[in-house]
Amino acid sequence: MTRWIVAVVVVAAAVALPSIAPLYYVQFASKILIMGIAALALNLVVGHGGLVSLCHGALFGLAGYVLALTSPRYEAASLLLSLPLAVIASMIAALVFGVLALRTRGIYFIMVTLAFGEMLFFLFHDTKIAGGSDGAFIYFKPEIALAGRQLFDLDKPMTFYFTVLACAAVTIAFVAMLVRSPFGRALAAARDNEKRALSLGFPVFRVRLTAFVLSGALAGLAGYFSAAQFGFVAPQTLGWHVSATVLVMVLIGGQRSVVGPLLGAAVLLGLEEVLKASTEYWKLAEGFIVILLVILLPHGLWPMLARRAGDTHG
Amino acid sequence: MADVVLRAEGLDRHFGGVHAVREVSLEVRASEIHAVIGPNGAGKSTLINLLSGDLLPDAGTVRLGESDLSRASPNMRARAGIGRSYQKTTIFPRFSVFENVRLAAQAHAASPLAMVRGANADVAVSRHAADALLRAGLAERAKVMASSLSHGEQRQLEIAMVLATGARVVLLDEPLAGMSPSESRGMIDLILSLRPHCAVLLVEHDMDAVFELADRLTVMTDGRILATGEPQDVRKDPAVRSAYLGEDAAP
Repeated sequence: MTRWIVAVVVVAAAVALPSIAPLYYVQFASKILIMGIAALALNLVVGHGGLVSLCHGALFGLAGYVLALTSPRYEAASLLLSLPLAVIASMIAALVFGVLALRTRGIYFIMVTLAFGEMLFFLFHDTKIAGGSDGAFIYFKPEIALAGRQLFDLDKPMTFYFTVLACAAVTIAFVAMLVRSPFGRALAAARDNEKRALSLGFPVFRVRLTAFVLSGALAGLAGYFSAAQFGFVAPQTLGWHVSATVLVMVLIGGQRSVVGPLLGAAVLLGLEEVLKASTEYWKLAEGFIVILLVILLPHGLWPMLARRAGDTHG
Repeated sequence: MADVVLRAEGLDRHFGGVHAVREVSLEVRASEIHAVIGPNGAGKSTLINLLSGDLLPDAGTVRLGESDLSRASPNMRARAGIGRSYQKTTIFPRFSVFENVRLAAQAHAASPLAMVRGANADVAVSRHAADALLRAGLAERAKVMASSLSHGEQRQLEIAMVLATGARVVLLDEPLAGMSPSESRGMIDLILSLRPHCAVLLVEHDMDAVFELADRLTVMTDGRILATGEPQDVRKDPAVRSAYLGEDAAP
């Protein structure tokens, strides 16, 4: 019961935010939602699949690059064209990485995904594609236009906010559906005991690859909106730092839950925001706090909050 | 050769310089319990792994009914109808007992990897799982976390999972290992209760249990089959007596 009240309050606050908060905070909330989608995506493979991937930053950044490359210089890209293209590009990259990386296990899987991510980093860093190591600007945010009339413009902060809010809601619903489905149970079974999952008849490789590609698609969705929000892509937007940051969000929020990673994104970004305003050494302070959080709450924040609310599901 | 369910022919497998299984041929018939015995290192577990697909043979074939599964992966063989247990208990320790069995039934459902509905929505799968738990005597433990079961119960759970897959042949690798006498008794009865439903290939060291259970017996040493047949005939076989039972063949 408490759980539903909390859910209703959170949704109401999210919807009401633009009418009560200054623009800066609306944009900040958009950023949290975008990184939250990325963390939800990563957690599909990390938490539910038991596969720690360090190439999700690259899948995230690749979609941003696709937006930059499909944006005309002096006008807005079409949302309906560039978004599917960006997501498909991330899915294809996830498919290629996954087919090769999923043949390895444990620490080797982590290293192989890291290597694939860095390959994409150097592809954009060492070539002239989209400005090489300098990166590229996206001067106009994507729009939907019909016969020259603009119907939908991401350049308006409210439109942008509600779009990413809707995307986050759809992502949560999608992940929740997957996790509870027979597919999700098979994925979790392979995480807990691969040998047994195989000997029961589950095609473990195919299950994991499917999860990896779906996760890549969601990471691409997040990366597309991130590039649109900042109007800029550079090799750093797909480096391993991005993967690591999103992984920390997952760990802070809680890997075994559905919405935990979104909470993790909010906590980490909120923490950064507060610390940046108060001390020059904010990164040091942030590091200590993250270490403390992970030591004190090894299962993340979400399970603790859920227990308080008298329910461990999420 | 009436109703042979599982047939292996000329199975051969090396591990480096060790010739673990040499030209092993054997068949498991419908509704029989076929026990494989032999000293440690005879190749019994390797044989089970070759039949289940956990290992691929260097040479030889494995057929289930009419279909050739010699190169099939473990999950394909499981879908085709070969179920197995492992020497060391292999379950999903962090899931409930029911979820362990439900997953086994799900793996053999019409659409085992559906994405858009809840895992518990498939009534047929849940019923299969509940039936298997009942038959394995674990119905009352359904909601318990699998890791908190006793060793004997965990082995029962493995059998329940195999039952839930509806396997045609069940490969059991030392199901009685580490069990107390009373747990063994329950397990022997459980294995006997499988016989009308499926064929069983059993590797076991407990000779009393083997002679109680087995309809047919195969003796292995050094990766080879020494003798196969009815238990009382195998018992009298001079080669078996000298090699395995340690008695002098020539009186």
